Amino acid sequence: MQKIIKNGMIYDPLNNIDGEKMDICIDNGKIVDSVANDAEVIDASGKIVMAGGVDPHTHIAGAKVNVGRMYRPEDSKRDVMARGGGMRAGSGFSVPSTFMTGYRYAQMGYTTAMEAAMPPLLARHTHEEFHDMPIIDHAAFPLFGNNWFIMKYLKEGDLDKTAAYSAWLLRATKGYAIKIVNPAGTEAWAWGGNVHGINDPVPYFDVTGADIIKGLAEVNEMLGLPHAIHLHCNDLGHPGNYETTIASFDIPKNIVPKPKYGHRDKILYATHVQFHCYGGTNWRDFVSAAPKVADYVNKSDHIVIDIGQVTLDETTTMTADGPMEYDLHSLNGLKWANCDVEMETGSGVVPFIYAARAPVPASQWGVGMELFLEIKDPRKICLTTDSPNAGPFTRYPRVMAWLMSNKYRMNLIENELHKWAQTKTTVATLDREYSLYEIAQVTRATSAKVLGLSDTKGHLGVGADADIAVYDINPETQDLSAEYMAVEKAFSNAAYVLKDGEIVVLDGTMVKPDLYGRTYWINTKYKPEVEQEVLVDVEKWFRQYYSVNFENYPVQEDYIPRSVPLLGDSVPGEASGKEPAIEGASK
Amino acid sequence: MSEIILNPKVQPQVPLEAQNVTPDMFAGKSIDEIKNIEIWFGNEQVSLSEFFDVEGESADNASEIKIIIDGDVDNTKRIGQGMTAGEIVIKGNTSMYVGSEMEGGKITVEGDAGPWAGRDMKGGELTIMGDAGDYIGSSYRGDWRGMSGGVLTVYGNAGNEIAEYMLGGKLVVKGNVRIMPGVHMNGGTLIIGGDVIARTGGEMKGGTIVVKGIIDEFLPGFEFLGVEKDIEIDGELLEGNYFKFKGDNATKGAGGIIYAATKGNAHIAP
Repeated sequence: MQKIIKNGMIYDPLNNIDGEKMDICIDNGKIVDSVANDAEVIDASGKIVMAGGVDPHTHIAGAKVNVGRMYRPEDSKRDVMARGGGMRAGSGFSVPSTFMTGYRYAQMGYTTAMEAAMPPLLARHTHEEFHDMPIIDHAAFPLFGNNWFIMKYLKEGDLDKTAAYSAWLLRATKGYAIKIVNPAGTEAWAWGGNVHGINDPVPYFDVTGADIIKGLAEVNEMLGLPHAIHLHCNDLGHPGNYETTIASFDIPKNIVPKPKYGHRDKILYATHVQFHCYGGTNWRDFVSAAPKVADYVNKSDHIVIDIGQVTLDETTTMTADGPMEYDLHSLNGLKWANCDVEMETGSGVVPFIYAARAPVPASQWGVGMELFLEIKDPRKICLTTDSPNAGPFTRYPRVMAWLMSNKYRMNLIENELHKWAQTKTTVATLDREYSLYEIAQVTRATSAKVLGLSDTKGHLGVGADADIAVYDINPETQDLSAEYMAVEKAFSNAAYVLKDGEIVVLDGTMVKPDLYGRTYWINTKYKPEVEQEVLVDVEKWFRQYYSVNFENYPVQEDYIPRSVPLLGDSVPGEASGKEPAIEGASK
Repeated sequence: MSEIILNPKVQPQVPLEAQNVTPDMFAGKSIDEIKNIEIWFGNEQVSLSEFFDVEGESADNASEIKIIIDGDVDNTKRIGQGMTAGEIVIKGNTSMYVGSEMEGGKITVEGDAGPWAGRDMKGGELTIMGDAGDYIGSSYRGDWRGMSGGVLTVYGNAGNEIAEYMLGGKLVVKGNVRIMPGVHMNGGTLIIGGDVIARTGGEMKGGTIVVKGIIDEFLPGFEFLGVEKDIEIDGELLEGNYFKFKGDNATKGAGGIIYAATKGNAHIAP
């Protein structure tokens, strides 16, 4: 069925379109040049149109997310939806159930979301949750930064084997990118410790965080992956950690990006940088170092960051950074789940209350906003809350409204936040306001491009997937800085959301809840003869140490209902062969 | 005060959930409107009149309404949940969650109550003349913030883990309780007239527990402070001699107090 979205104001940074009135034509799930006269008309007069949102870093599927759901019934109780309108029942404020996760993303006009931390051993569980997560296209990033094979080969200085193992692991887990969490630190946690900074060697393997970041950054380009290495730095949440952060950012800067798919031009994606911008030596003399980190990012061209904006909610923290979660539990005394994932990684889960009146959360809010407002080029920023760590993804519309309205921020700073927001950060002195174009950049364009998916995602040019959000915001008649509550509401409940050309949301309500998204994964091999050698090691350690058999470990492609393998020899397409999901560069 | 009488017809095998049976919900409604208030019957919503005959006179303000449930409602949950004013009298037994989240007003259960009575209670009075189940005066499952105000009194016995994560208010059980009363307690007062099987105040950090009967097994994390005579708790004088303990030192910042009657408890004194 053909459709045409008429008279909307288009915000499409990847095609340099800033608020022009244009029509968007849709045929067979794609954006096309023109449609026939009898195409279904969607009237977007007085409304804005953006590509569907692309969330590059969120925690929505897999074992630790499910621990969050199971051990926080008091969180489930805070947001309960009955079934109806074809939708399943669901619950959960900070960790919603799988179906509800899909619905809630779609209602905000988001159509792609990336699970940012998948323990390889639990890949099957992660993909099973994707089975029950409607609407959104997705992928999962397997954890590499504390993996025994990676550390063994890096210790031996054998990048070829590191690359061959990495390619095998991406295929085996149906994973999408190289995720690094507290490199060397989570393995040290298995020994009861942590590492401090990037030059502290891990027990036994004797490699450092810096070795792991550099080695995997090189491997990323040897494999030509669409996404950059996805780095959660060491020392998360510790006062004084900004030096580690900047030193980590500097490690891969001379490596040249060589993606074999997509148009990524950055070498490093650093995540939830808000948690990594703290100066001082303890929480008494703590001061924001966001200006220093922003300055580094402003002067660098090899990096994209996401923020991890604190939303001032009661939420659930969950990460593969096991020692950090222990620190957090020691700090707030709330319930703590901890897990060691055999030879691969670990994880922890702790509830956290970011109370506006408390000094540290108020400062963290300020640090995130400083990054947003002091990094000059929004092409280097993705909007995230590290959902649910700094706040649930359902708060993205509020973050957008904060960015667009100094008045909204100042109301909060003056009336609700602890004074540390003003004394420990510079946020109250920053009056920059994001334009709708910049909002589209940080919520769709930057993320699609750095993920390597900008052929089909994050823009509205011909050839893109018809994933489109129409919001009831009129920049010609509304003062968006003053009417921030209306902006927040409009971004929370999109007027229309189209997924693959189908209307899935109408006036903020799901109307087609039974559409399921694609799973992107990397189907590549690095030097088959090296892989043969690597698999000898892998099978040996499986026999010795793993709790599962080698043969039972890989997630078979049959497990992925809408499989979209990238790279590889075969032409990328849907498993069903119905339509090629990925086309060549169309712009 | 206007009285509204609910006569239970038959209690179904599938539980009813009657969180809408409160003076707050009835206020300003005619008897016919009250008959049509919806309650949950399993996963379906039905009119109150399907399971109750309704008669009497309503009023505009919740504080002027007394709801009398004239008989056993063994399989009806959540009566009086979240009520802020007025009165409910249940002339028989009731099921789980009676008076949970209540903020004000008064509930009297003349028979027994099920588990979770007065869960997350914030204010008001909840009186159970018979026995009560587990987790009365506790927090919602998983939460670390429990009953914070009001007075919950049980004249009979109660079950396990009562006053779990209690923060404030007063919970009195005249009879015996099972294991772990006041577990994770952070504030408020728990007075047990009878015996406790074991683990009184496990991981408590604050608040006061008085046990007038015998504690079979006591936890090792409590520091013995001495013997006190005729203690005063919340303005009430409790006569007799009590061992006084502070703990539970199994947890950080432990500042909870347990008084245990000296009579019959020699085995827990140092």
